[in-house]
Order: sequence, then structure tokens, then C-alpha cells
Amino acid sequence: MATLSLRDVRKSFNATQVLHGIELEVADGELVVIVGASGCGKSTLLRIVAGLETPTSGQVVISNRDVTGLEPADRDIAMVFQNYALYPHMSVFGNMAYGLKIRGLPRAEIEKRVQAAAEILGIGALLERKPKQLSGGQRQRVAMGRAIVREPALFLFDEPLSNLDAKLRVQMRAEIRRLQRRLGVTSLFVTHDQVEAMTLGDRLVVMNAGRPAQVAPPMEIFSRPADTYVAGFIGSPSMNFIPATLEEGGRAARLAEGSAIQFADGPRPGPAGMPLILGLRPEHIEPGDGPDSLPLAVELIEPLGSETVVHGRAPGGLAVTARLPGAFSGAVLPVQLPAGHLHVFDAGSGRRLDP
Amino acid sequence: MEAPPLIRDDALLRATRRRRLVSRVVAHAALILGVLIVAFPIWMTLVGSTHDSGTIGRGEVPLLPGTHAVENYATAWGKGGGVMRTTPASLMLWNSLLMAVLIAVGKIAISILSAYAVVFFRFPGRMAAFWAIFITLMLPVEVRIIPTFQVIVDLNLGNTWAGLVIPLIASATATLLFRQFFLTIPDEFVEAAKIDGAGPLRFLKDVVLPLSLTNIAALFVILFIYGWNQYLWPLLIINDRSMETIVVGLSKMIGRGDSQNDWNTIMATAVLALLPPVLVVALMQRWFVRGLTETEK
Repeated sequence: MATLSLRDVRKSFNATQVLHGIELEVADGELVVIVGASGCGKSTLLRIVAGLETPTSGQVVISNRDVTGLEPADRDIAMVFQNYALYPHMSVFGNMAYGLKIRGLPRAEIEKRVQAAAEILGIGALLERKPKQLSGGQRQRVAMGRAIVREPALFLFDEPLSNLDAKLRVQMRAEIRRLQRRLGVTSLFVTHDQVEAMTLGDRLVVMNAGRPAQVAPPMEIFSRPADTYVAGFIGSPSMNFIPATLEEGGRAARLAEGSAIQFADGPRPGPAGMPLILGLRPEHIEPGDGPDSLPLAVELIEPLGSETVVHGRAPGGLAVTARLPGAFSGAVLPVQLPAGHLHVFDAGSGRRLDP
Repeated sequence: MEAPPLIRDDALLRATRRRRLVSRVVAHAALILGVLIVAFPIWMTLVGSTHDSGTIGRGEVPLLPGTHAVENYATAWGKGGGVMRTTPASLMLWNSLLMAVLIAVGKIAISILSAYAVVFFRFPGRMAAFWAIFITLMLPVEVRIIPTFQVIVDLNLGNTWAGLVIPLIASATATLLFRQFFLTIPDEFVEAAKIDGAGPLRFLKDVVLPLSLTNIAALFVILFIYGWNQYLWPLLIINDRSMETIVVGLSKMIGRGDSQNDWNTIMATAVLALLPPVLVVALMQRWFVRGLTETEK
């Protein structure tokens, strides 16, 4: 049983505060992905959990033990680095065994654990090789093996897939997920890649400027983003944002060029004329003529095979992206904005407005 | 339609071939001249060491080997040469070897430790320490020789190995080279080692030293030759004949004024003095080049 909890973790580098009071509870066996743009503090947070960085204030608690002041080696963790950090002069076996050797485990036990981990990862035949003689994917596996043999309470992954090519990344992503499920080790995974985050995580922490903007399961983050940052960050292509104002009674929003959209799921609180931002995902925008359709002047068409991404401008100059099934060509695309898929945000704070 | 005939400019082709030939001849001529200039004095020494003492004494300059090689080298090796019948070359070679190895090993050890401290630890005065080391680069042995001599004599270290070697060990060059190399070791190794539970000394022994092997080998070659060629300091600090080093001993063999020099023995000793550095370079050449040109990553 291993849990992780972060209690009001703050970090400043000199005058710059990079983490503003992070609270997080990770349950036993859970894989939590920390995702955010570069510079949002996600790596710093991971390094604080690892003990490679000291928090300015706050506590790191692993399995009910306050480890804030402890050395990395005493925290019962294992970490997979972005560039794997395999010692180049040691064999694969040496790399995987090094931590165990330092801990003074008996030789036979070390052999057993390394063999078992190599078996799981399918690198049994590579144990005598040097890291230099391995491909990227194999190095990745060795780095994972080094973490597994330690049998830690907590796995930490620091963007472990970003040095792989696209195809291998998808493959290793699935492999990491399977492995983590199979071993049932509580894990923290840092990435800037939203697809990685969505596919891997039991829960996601979307970080924005040193604060967790939203902590929730992937599908909830996708379907109910907490603010405009999360809404724009998760999903590809990004969500369309349309400025609007709240109508009297809160039942509809009026767009800048005049037309109104009725909220499908109930009135939003707030005074009439309150500035709003409406969010609509490109895949929810439907092509079609109608009385309230918006004619998009097409600027760019990106054919992706099974679907087509169309970048266009609505009357009034607003940029709108639509994702249509199949192929598309043409200069004008009339689209409907379906009220059922509308996300409503307060333009001032950026927070989501629910009925 | 018929293909147009292939154009072949024979004149241009010949001119190109001639130009290439000329440039190769010029390059080789320059190289051969260079080799001759460097090698000729060594050839003279080699030849001189195979004649009897009379030949050179009469002012002849033989260009072909003579017949006295064995006895000359035996004299130099066993009895020593020169008017004063100084220390035998075998002993001086041993002394020089000991001094050069002690200096090289000492310098490497102290430089690795100080560079390790400067690169991997944050401590107050770290940059001050680094600059202090750096500034000593401007003070070679010769500049600080009088105060150093005073210190060593006051410490009663004259005529001792410690007095001979220690002042020559303090070295900024090697520290700087190691610092530059250590800076190229990625932070992730340090962090991975921390998570593996390796302490600073363990990290030094298990990761930093193995990664520095080629650099250490290259520096060993440079520092061995530096130590071997030391002249001024051993001349000052060593009076004991039994501790004479070969570079100093060699110059002491040459008498002044009217005295007759045993040039044949002196040249044999000079050849012997040449051999160890040449051997070190030849044997460690592969490592030497690798250490200076590539990093293992």
C-alpha cells in the first residue's frame, strides 16, 4: 500500500515563485499525470517529490510518512528520466543492479530481481550490452527496469517518452500503462503531451503557472474543463473560443455579430450583459445550412485522412476551427454551433460557468 | 532522336591531374623537410653514442654508426659518464621515473578531487576557490621558486622525495581540464545516483572516475613528460648524488673549460633519457588521442 500526498507545497527560486501551494492526494496504485506547458512548474513538482529539489514550504508524505527532509534514496521511490540517465560505462545489468548493490542486497537477490524485471520488459538478451549499443526504445526499457528492480512505493516519470520517435512513443505509452497496472505501483507521470496525459492517467493534474488548474479524470477534464486554460490545452485542435455576453435571465448568450445561442442545459447565473467566453470543440462544430448558421471563409484545409481540419473566419473576423469527418473542399463552409456541446466560461476569471 | 555526343575535355583533365600531382609533391617535400630538421639532431646523438670517445674528441662529426655501441651503453648504464664519473644512468633513470610518476599521479589525484569539489558541490566560496586555483596558472614553478625553496628548506625537506615532488604537484592546468570535463557530465547522472543512494565518494568512484578514464590517461602522458623534463627544481633541491635525476645528471656530465668530455657516454645517456617518455607516448598514444578528442557519451 503506497499513497502520496502533497500538502501545500510551495517553491520559490529566489524571488520567483514557481509553485503556489499544491495540494494533491494520490491513491494506492493510481497513475496521476501532471500535464502543462513548459515552465508551468510540473517538473519542479516531480523533483520535489523525488527529493532532488527542496520545497520552500509544505510537506511531501509517502505512505503516511513525512519524507520532506529525507534524501531521495531514503524515500522509497524510483525515477525514470527524460534522457534515461543510464550510466554509459556500465552494462545493462550493471545499470539495473547499481541501486540494489548500494543498498547491500545479496548478490543472488540482485540477480533474481534483475532477471525478473528484464523478463517483464523483454530485455533479457541485452543484459551484457552497454547503453551505447541499444536503440532508443531499448534504453527506455532499461530505464524502466532500473526503476522496477527497486520495488519502490512510488514511480516517478519525468517526460520519459519525449526522446522517442512518434511510433515508438505510442507503443511505449501503452506498455508503460500495462506495466503500471500489472505492478500496481502508485505513479506520478509528468508530460507536456496531452495525448500521453489523456491515455495514461487515471487522473490528470493540469498545471498552469504553478497552480493546478484542474485535477480530475481525463474524460471529465475533456468534457467539463474547469477554465479556459484547461479547455484550450486539452483537445486537438484546440477548442474554439467565441466572445459573447449573457442575455437577461441567463438562458442564452449573444454573440458579437448579433445572433444568440440558447443554453441547452439551463440558465447561467450572472447579470445581463456579463461578458462570457463560449467554448466549442472543433469536432462538435457541424457543417450545415440553416437560419442561424455561420458562414466560414475557409483559410486553410488540413486533410488527415479519416477527417479534415478546416481553419476559417466567421463574419466579424473571428477565427474558427472545425473538424469534419471525411474530405472537404470549398471556399465557404456554413456551420452550426450546437448548443448541446457549448462550454460557458466567465470572461473575467476564465472559470467555467455551470447552470 | 540521337543523343548528343559526350563532351570530354582532355586538356582540362590533364591540367587537373598535373595540379593534383604538384600539390602532393609540395606537401610531401615540406613534411620530409620538417622530419629531417627534427630527426637530424637525434640521429647525431644516436650515431655519437656508438663511437669511441676519441672520435668526437678530435672534432669529427660521424654520420654513420660506429662499433662501440655496446661498451658505451654499458658504461653509461653501469658507471655513469663524464669526467666526474657521476651517478650511473640506471639509477638516474629510476630516480626520474619515480619522480615523473609521483608527479603525474599526484597531480591527477589532487586535480580530480579539487575539480570534483568545484563542479559538484555548492559551498560558500566555491567560485573564490575556483578563481584561486585558476590564478595559480599564472605562476609557474620558476616564478615562485625562491619562496618555494625557502619553504621546503625550512621544512627540512631538502634532498627528500617529498621536497622534490610536492611543490611540483600543485597544478591548475589539470584541475581546469577536469573541471571542463566534469561540467559535461549530465545532471541526470548525479540525480540518478542520488536516487540510487550513491553518496558523493561512491559517485566519484563508480561514475565519475570510469567516465574520466581516457582523460586521465591523456593527462598522465602530458604530466609524465612534464615531470620527466623537470630541470630547475631538482637541480636546486637535490644535492645527493644517489637521488640525481637523469635530465639534471646529463647536464652535470658535461664539464666546463678545457676538460675533455666523454661525449660517447654522454650521448648514450641522452638516448637512454629519451626512451621512457617515448615509450609512454607510444604505448598510450591511442588513449592519449581519444582522451583529448572525444568524450564518452
